[in-house]
Amino acid sequence: MSAPSIAGSTPRSARSVAKTSTGIRRPKKRAANVWLGVVAWLIGLIFVAPVLWMILTSFHSETDAATNPPSLFAPLTLAGYENFFGAGGASPWPALINSATASVVSTLLVLVLSMPAAYALSIRPVKKWSDVMFFFLSTKMLPMVAGLLPIYLIAKQVGALDSVGLLIVIYTSMNLPIAVWMMRSFLSEIPVEILEAAAIDGASLPTIFRRVIVPISGPGLAATALICFIFSWNELLFASVLTSTQAITAPVFLTSFVTSQGLFLAKVCAAAFAVSFPVLVAGFAAQDKLVQGLSLGAVK
Amino acid sequence: MLVTQVPFVITIVISFISWNSLYPNDIAFGWFQNYINVFTDSTMRESVLTTIVLTVVVVLVSLAIGFAVALLLDRKFWGRGVVRTIMIAPFLIVPVAAALLWKHALFNPSYGLLNGGLQWFFGLFGATAPQPDWISNNPLIAVEVALIWQWTPFMMLILLAGLQSRPLDVLEAARVDGATAWQIFRYMTVPHMRRYLELATLLGAIYIVQNFDAVFTITSGGLGTANLPYTIYQQFFQAHDYGAASAAGVVVVVGSLIIANFALRSVSTLLKEENR
Repeated sequence: MSAPSIAGSTPRSARSVAKTSTGIRRPKKRAANVWLGVVAWLIGLIFVAPVLWMILTSFHSETDAATNPPSLFAPLTLAGYENFFGAGGASPWPALINSATASVVSTLLVLVLSMPAAYALSIRPVKKWSDVMFFFLSTKMLPMVAGLLPIYLIAKQVGALDSVGLLIVIYTSMNLPIAVWMMRSFLSEIPVEILEAAAIDGASLPTIFRRVIVPISGPGLAATALICFIFSWNELLFASVLTSTQAITAPVFLTSFVTSQGLFLAKVCAAAFAVSFPVLVAGFAAQDKLVQGLSLGAVK
Repeated sequence: MLVTQVPFVITIVISFISWNSLYPNDIAFGWFQNYINVFTDSTMRESVLTTIVLTVVVVLVSLAIGFAVALLLDRKFWGRGVVRTIMIAPFLIVPVAAALLWKHALFNPSYGLLNGGLQWFFGLFGATAPQPDWISNNPLIAVEVALIWQWTPFMMLILLAGLQSRPLDVLEAARVDGATAWQIFRYMTVPHMRRYLELATLLGAIYIVQNFDAVFTITSGGLGTANLPYTIYQQFFQAHDYGAASAAGVVVVVGSLIIANFALRSVSTLLKEENR
């Protein structure tokens, strides 16, 4: 650390110490803190403004949504949502149900498959566990788009195109490496002593799993599940190439709004918010563990 | 394994074959023809360049803003938790939905929020507001802005975690020894954060190189914004040129392998530190 070299103090820093100790700089410092807080609030509001605008617009009527300058205080209505879910055009429900099925089932599969793998890599490390970990991670770093064509051709051969099952397989394999990494970092937080104590008390491995590991790493498991769910729910490229009618997912459904269609802003905003809603809920629920998941467990 | 590794091998094989599914009888072994096309064909070359520009700009800008916000959030102020929470929101909008939001609700020249805001602001002074067509005028910047908006929270989260992992006692010691805020930042925070900055850059780069949703939605790859994933999608889905799509895919893989190599190293240093 370079602390000692700083302590080899220049006259200037010595003087500032003197000032601080006499309390002259205190009020100034507090004022600076308040201002920096204001700046932080401003940046935060700028970043969240598009989201708030989307939510507000989704509750406006189409004519109010399309005014220029914007009408902030127009009467609120559910017409945008009624338009999106019901009247006019294709119903989004099949797409939403497909998305939910693909995301939930693949997340469950990922959990079931990654638990034993993470156990073998953290609590009772197999030989060369870090090599195994990096092999898992390297698969995640290859861009999925390069595998698009072969997967399409294979799926076509076996007649699996346009099926939710195919998406489940793809999302499971897409999320498995992330889940193993996350889970390993959560499981390695469990003190080994507890597991040894349980083993000495005669608990079998499945019992230890069910009665000790799952309860302790519960929040971590939940965060892993939520992040896998978010990644699957958001996925567009594979869903748009591998599905056509039967198995389209919510993001694919949203792409029908890419070209403008007259007065439809409120409907688009309603659609965007409705599709994002599960992710917002999942993301805020997993907020505290989000970093650990996104950085593959490297950052806590 | 089966789903992630085997297809790559098949991709490499196909990348050496001249294969357009519209001409099923003309499948031949083409050696490096597809690769020569990737680097000589102007659209392909442009999309390689676009991918690089898009990734570098989005990563650097969101990293800079993310670091600034993380530094601000590392201080105590009223409503810190709330600001942190609302900062994450952009990252939690489904990418397609976010791109639609920017395209229609913000950038749209006649009823978008940006031009609406200009109209309102200039209207206060009774002046005529400029009403630019944001996406047509600066298509690549439009895509970049939307992506920066989405990825800044990601950078912020990683960097904030890094800031909070600084050893507090050492910081306190430096302060007692009379180090100024700038000195602490320059000589203690920056060296400590280097690894987190690296990690955020590399992970961000890996995700953004693969971006498809924003390009597809905001500009549909038009106006010089087609990046490699979009071009691959187009080659394969619209032109049905399987060989060219695979060759471009291999190029993306090689590019990301280079980034990934550094990313893995950075993750492994963090992991070793944790185990120490």
